[in-house]
Amino acid sequence: MTQQYSPSELLICLASRVMEDGTTAFIGTGIPMLAASLAQAMHAPNLVPVFEFGGTGAILEKLPLAVGDMRTYNKGIAASGICDIMETSQRGFIEFGFLGGAQIDKYGNLNSTVIGDHAHPKVRLPGSGGGNDVGSACWRTIAIMIHDKRRFMEKIDFVTTPGFLSGPGAREEAGLPRNTGPYRVVTNLCTLGYDDETKRMTLLSLNPGVTVDDVIENTGFELLMAEEIIQNDPPTDKELKILREEVDPDGLYRK
Amino acid sequence: MSQNKKWIPVVAEGEAPLIQPVDLDAFRDHNRQKSKALIDKVMTDEEAIEKFVKDGDYIGFELYGTVRCPMSLTRALVRSGKKDFRIVGQGVHELDLLFAADMVREIDFTYIGLEVYGISGNMRRRVEDGSVKRIVEWSNAALTWRFKAASMGIPFIPTRSMLGTDTFHKSSAIAIECPFTGEKVALLPALIVDTGFIHVHRADKHGNCQIDGISGFAFEMSRACKNLVISAEEIVDTSEIRKHPDKTIIPYYLVDAVVHAPYASWPGEMSGKHERDEPHYKMYVEKQKTQEGMDAYMKEWVYDLPDHKALLDKVGKKRFQELTLKED
Repeated sequence: MTQQYSPSELLICLASRVMEDGTTAFIGTGIPMLAASLAQAMHAPNLVPVFEFGGTGAILEKLPLAVGDMRTYNKGIAASGICDIMETSQRGFIEFGFLGGAQIDKYGNLNSTVIGDHAHPKVRLPGSGGGNDVGSACWRTIAIMIHDKRRFMEKIDFVTTPGFLSGPGAREEAGLPRNTGPYRVVTNLCTLGYDDETKRMTLLSLNPGVTVDDVIENTGFELLMAEEIIQNDPPTDKELKILREEVDPDGLYRK
Repeated sequence: MSQNKKWIPVVAEGEAPLIQPVDLDAFRDHNRQKSKALIDKVMTDEEAIEKFVKDGDYIGFELYGTVRCPMSLTRALVRSGKKDFRIVGQGVHELDLLFAADMVREIDFTYIGLEVYGISGNMRRRVEDGSVKRIVEWSNAALTWRFKAASMGIPFIPTRSMLGTDTFHKSSAIAIECPFTGEKVALLPALIVDTGFIHVHRADKHGNCQIDGISGFAFEMSRACKNLVISAEEIVDTSEIRKHPDKTIIPYYLVDAVVHAPYASWPGEMSGKHERDEPHYKMYVEKQKTQEGMDAYMKEWVYDLPDHKALLDKVGKKRFQELTLKED
């Protein structure tokens, strides 16, 4: 009998399963922190989280609340600064990068800068921060998104962080490092990847209780479909127990 | 021109003019006249603001989110009534107070927000009502690398960030074909700050500074400031600095003023010393959602307090003791 779980808990578990053991992951604020912590406790004890203000290799026993707080280098390997981390990423040492945003398009470009016109915005958002750098230089980026039509758009208002830009070859043409780019999008409805040839977003697997039509209805552009669309397993009892008792005992993400 | 030399093609240009033009020789001249003597630079927050900040200056703060914020200097700056600043936006809590007081006109912008608590209401209000006249976009790495270029004393630095995006189009960067490899790179102009503010764990009276834990962009920014104002948890004897010279991240000759300001990062945290005051910060997050709420907060926690000591008294020793980390 599987327990009840919240949408955030499902996102955390799915993002955590994407993280591989024995590699590096550039971790941003919020869900990626919990996912990395859960991954360390489950299947990836040698996952090395990297935080932009200088924390490398923290053991995430306590949930960081910010990318610069002292928990980002708790029992860490190194405590340096932003240049060291960003330059390590630019040199090709960071495998995974986690991203978020207010809008995403079919090529995985992300907007976290502005809704509406840049000069006269309807909503001014927090800006790139390290997002553009993660999207430029990490080998594989994973976006974590709430899935609806206002967020999954044919044309986003501003390209803050590069996905595949205008399609195949566009990253290399712009000068971005070769063989980098978007890898997965983890949402409250499904997990998406990208077609090798067209670089377009592709439905890979569905969350429990979600249909292909649900995903299509909540996406503002045409999605490609994997040959076989599989089901994502719901959070296991073990995942939920670790998440609730160890990763997030204060229940900040239980809703 | 020899046959080996060729024109370097510009392949893309950001459309924004530079908010702070680069003048490296003026920077060198400025650095030459700074005292290299080991003099006493200790003063109050208010004296430092009076002496080293004027209307319209390009100013910067070094911190990350709510961590190691120079808040005593920020509050003194707000109370000073100085205005029309151009700022480098890689901050959170300190810039919120400057927005609330409508002191910001132009921003080199990377991230201004409340992290897990969402968008900054103060930033939104000032940008959306047009009080902020110009915003130029950058990434976090780009701004830090711009400081690094200034710290190296060079006019720009080539990088592989920002390329192909609107972040680039709305910046002052230029992309060229690299003359050595032919690959496209983004050139980021050096960024020299008129006056910078950094809070550190310990400093001596001359301005030799040590930071515990991660150091964000303190190394780069401290070397990219014409004037640098330091606040410190502790003022220690120079002999203490000399015991661990490997920990000195900012040497005295960069520094113009040293302010003794324990718990200056409050309500944010200070790595290794005390935690964030979460209940106060949550209260703040609620207040900043509306102008009225923020006005009330500013009155109570900034304008009605004459100086940092008054803030320490208001928060109270007991609360600071509760926030202070215990030895494991």
